[in-house]
Amino acid sequence: MGLRDLTATEQVAALAAGETSSLELVEAHLSAVEADDVHAFLAIDADGARARARAIDALPERPPLAGVPIGIKDALSTRDIVTTSGSRMLEGYRPVYTATCVQRLEDAGAIVLGKTNMDEFAMGSSTENSAYGNTLNPWDLDRVPGGSSGGSAASVAQRQVPWSLGSDTGGSIRQPAALCGIVGMKPTYGAISRYGLIAFASSLDQVGPLARTVADAALLLRHMVGRDPMDSTSLDWPGDIDVPSATDLQGMRVGVVEELMGEGVEPGVRLAVESALRVAEGLGATIVPVSLPSTLSGLATYYVLAPAECSSNLARFDGIRYGHPLPADNLLDQYEVTRGDLFGPEVKRRIMLGTFALASGYYDQYYGRAQRVRTLIVREFAEAFAEVDLLASPTSPTVAFPLGDRTADPYAMYLADVCTIPVSLAGLPAISIPCGLSDGLPVGLQLAAPAFAENRLLAAAHALEGVLEFDTRPPGLAT
Amino acid sequence: MSAYEPVIGVEIHVQLSTRTKMFCGCELSFGDPPNTHTCPVCLAHPGVLPVVNEEAVRRAILIGLALGCEIAPESIFHRKNYFYPDLPKAYQVSQFDIPVCGRGEFLALREDGSELRVGITRAHLEEDAAKLTHAGGRRAGAEQSVVDFNRGGTPLVEIVTEPDLRSASDAATFLRQLRQTLLFLGVSDCSMEEGSMRADANVSIRPAGSHEFGTKTELKNMNSFRFLERGIEAEIARQQQILAGGGRVSQETVHYEPETGHITSLRSKEESHDYRYFPEPDLVPVAPDPAWVDELRAGLPELPGALRRRMVSDMGLSAEDAEVLTEAPELVAYFMEAAEHADPKACANWIRGELRAQLRDAGVEPWDSQVTPGHVAELVGLLEAGTVTVPAAKEVLAEMIASGTRPAEVVESKGLGAMDASELAAIVAELVAANPDQAQQLRDGKDKVIGFFVGQAMKRTGGRADPQAVQALVREAVATT
Repeated sequence: MGLRDLTATEQVAALAAGETSSLELVEAHLSAVEADDVHAFLAIDADGARARARAIDALPERPPLAGVPIGIKDALSTRDIVTTSGSRMLEGYRPVYTATCVQRLEDAGAIVLGKTNMDEFAMGSSTENSAYGNTLNPWDLDRVPGGSSGGSAASVAQRQVPWSLGSDTGGSIRQPAALCGIVGMKPTYGAISRYGLIAFASSLDQVGPLARTVADAALLLRHMVGRDPMDSTSLDWPGDIDVPSATDLQGMRVGVVEELMGEGVEPGVRLAVESALRVAEGLGATIVPVSLPSTLSGLATYYVLAPAECSSNLARFDGIRYGHPLPADNLLDQYEVTRGDLFGPEVKRRIMLGTFALASGYYDQYYGRAQRVRTLIVREFAEAFAEVDLLASPTSPTVAFPLGDRTADPYAMYLADVCTIPVSLAGLPAISIPCGLSDGLPVGLQLAAPAFAENRLLAAAHALEGVLEFDTRPPGLAT
Repeated sequence: MSAYEPVIGVEIHVQLSTRTKMFCGCELSFGDPPNTHTCPVCLAHPGVLPVVNEEAVRRAILIGLALGCEIAPESIFHRKNYFYPDLPKAYQVSQFDIPVCGRGEFLALREDGSELRVGITRAHLEEDAAKLTHAGGRRAGAEQSVVDFNRGGTPLVEIVTEPDLRSASDAATFLRQLRQTLLFLGVSDCSMEEGSMRADANVSIRPAGSHEFGTKTELKNMNSFRFLERGIEAEIARQQQILAGGGRVSQETVHYEPETGHITSLRSKEESHDYRYFPEPDLVPVAPDPAWVDELRAGLPELPGALRRRMVSDMGLSAEDAEVLTEAPELVAYFMEAAEHADPKACANWIRGELRAQLRDAGVEPWDSQVTPGHVAELVGLLEAGTVTVPAAKEVLAEMIASGTRPAEVVESKGLGAMDASELAAIVAELVAANPDQAQQLRDGKDKVIGFFVGQAMKRTGGRADPQAVQALVREAVATT
């Protein structure tokens, strides 16, 4: 077993026991990052990582995550490391500041190896919307890794890094985690500061961990949560994130969302999820069906609200203060040429959708109505959680689909997030854990919990993980 | 022309003089080198978020309280979206349907002493845009435009009035007194010249007696009260001319050119932007603690409006006295202290008259001078007691300004005390005897000649004689000789 086969928790332990050094860990992972067989990385900071590793090795006292390497989604601002958000608009852009969540991890000793590939501005479910080429799924190199945090998910599955950061707006952590056979978690909205996360849809965006185990995800989360004075929507975290140790689900009531188990869900996915639920029952959980009818409107609601916010969030990109303006004769032409050429088609589609949805005369019909449906969805989840402790569903209705399969059909692509979007609209925490294979490809089980019930969620996911014994090693990955 | 009645409402942008910007920690600056007070937040770098400046909220609430506005228990911010290089996010964070301050009313006092009531529609918080400088032509015609982001993100309060004003002079009166109120609150420098207070006027006219509104135009950015008044007058005249000629006023933004007195059209409202307002998802609602709002209300200073009314009704001052004395909070304090110890009307006259006139050359304000309010009161007391004459008092004041000495001491040391009656009578008798021709003329009814004697008397006494007393003595002497 090589150093790359150690989980992050195991790496922390090995470092503490003096069995390895930060520099050794960094070198072992860097070689895989530099080889990058799945095109998971857009930028590599080898020199910076080595320098930090040496500095940490020289410390008399190790910080808690000392020396453990990490990959950071390119949507997160990293000082001096090129940050593109997967867009040509930000080609070569070196930020002058580091995102709060990344800073907190660095303060805890984590070492950033580089920036991971993503759908442009986090808009997509396959990482095929990246302006810098698509990432491959380590389980099948002809298939997508999911998205938009596809690089973060593939890099963890490929064991280039033990864990990584992603961002999730409608499923962008959970869906690629599911498609790559790893753990991905979206915390409660406000749990982690968004300062430094290049905004897609501000009311939905959340940073979260991707890892090979639930315990690793919990460990990473623990070092990021809490109020940040730079983000007014961030929250004081009640208590602490526990590293989970539960081995059963005694007394736990798990609701299965009926609307997300029916039509559109692949039989192999449904089978894997149902068998995982039986395992949960075996661990002492009570499984009950739950109906959340308004979740069926989730996708439509999301595709009004998220584009509306994105049309405004992306308006700042004009190539003037950062990036590169394209030459033009006057100001209006410069806006049009720069934005017209440097944004990709999906980004432009959503900007136009959102601009329309906010236009006076259409506001009530689209944005206003979508906000009201969102309120309904929030209420339905609250009612459901009065009856159950957790909600379960597939994370993605399908396993990883072939590259190019859905690029011509935006709606088919949007359907990839049908199970994850309602939870995002409600601002609730959810985790995807691998629960089995369908045709040799990983299937993700999504568990969702009430706001701030991260510890409950992690404990249940950990207990299930222990019994499901999913092997996160992709078949093609050399040992 | 009087067949039409003007209807005017104003929108006032006030830059708050907080230490830092509305949504980031950059310090506010005036006159510093361009782009030296910026950060990722106010430059809208990717991934940054706004955080509301609590002091700006406090000042907005103070303004609301002073204007009698309802303070919203929970107000929210919206994004106002449009592309322009002075707006780095391409949206302005502003308030839309739930502003921090709702309806209120401002009571102004016209010069004739009558009351001017102006309804306040709302007052809301927002951020200022950066400063654009066009080189080689104006706006679209410019060869080059440069941006200074130092101003970008400065906290602004926008105050909107109801269309309650009916003349240009009322608009100017309202704005002057509103400005005074804001100065008293200490929330802004309120300099029209430097742009920390900017006013736009919505102007329409309608047939006198009508209750419907005519089509309004928006008169933009006038940088002094004088231009504002003239601009509104010019716009009213322009609209009257259009209507009198059978034309229709079109809804547009217009600009007053102070050099020519002409009104020019800036842009037509028909091609106005769709700002696509929506609630700012990066901010949480502003929900001030009601106890805090009560505390702010209780701590409000006495404002110029109330002060003016008190000065006129309780202290016997004219509306004009009151207006002048409430120009600055320091002046009010100065006057009030003097008026505690001597006749308020006389104190008002001396402070706004002779004291300010004599200090003007040195460019010193009364409260910064060596003359204390107590000294002013003492001087007024000396005058009332007849200890000094008015001309002598002016001389005493000059010495008080120069040395800071008490007036009584100046009178003493310089021998400026009024002469006693018998001494003066003797001088007058001498003068009458020495000038028989003039005395005769006076007897013959040529009353003007009295001035000759007063002048001579003043000359002989070095100004220490009371002119009134001299006159009386001259008449007496002429009649008895």
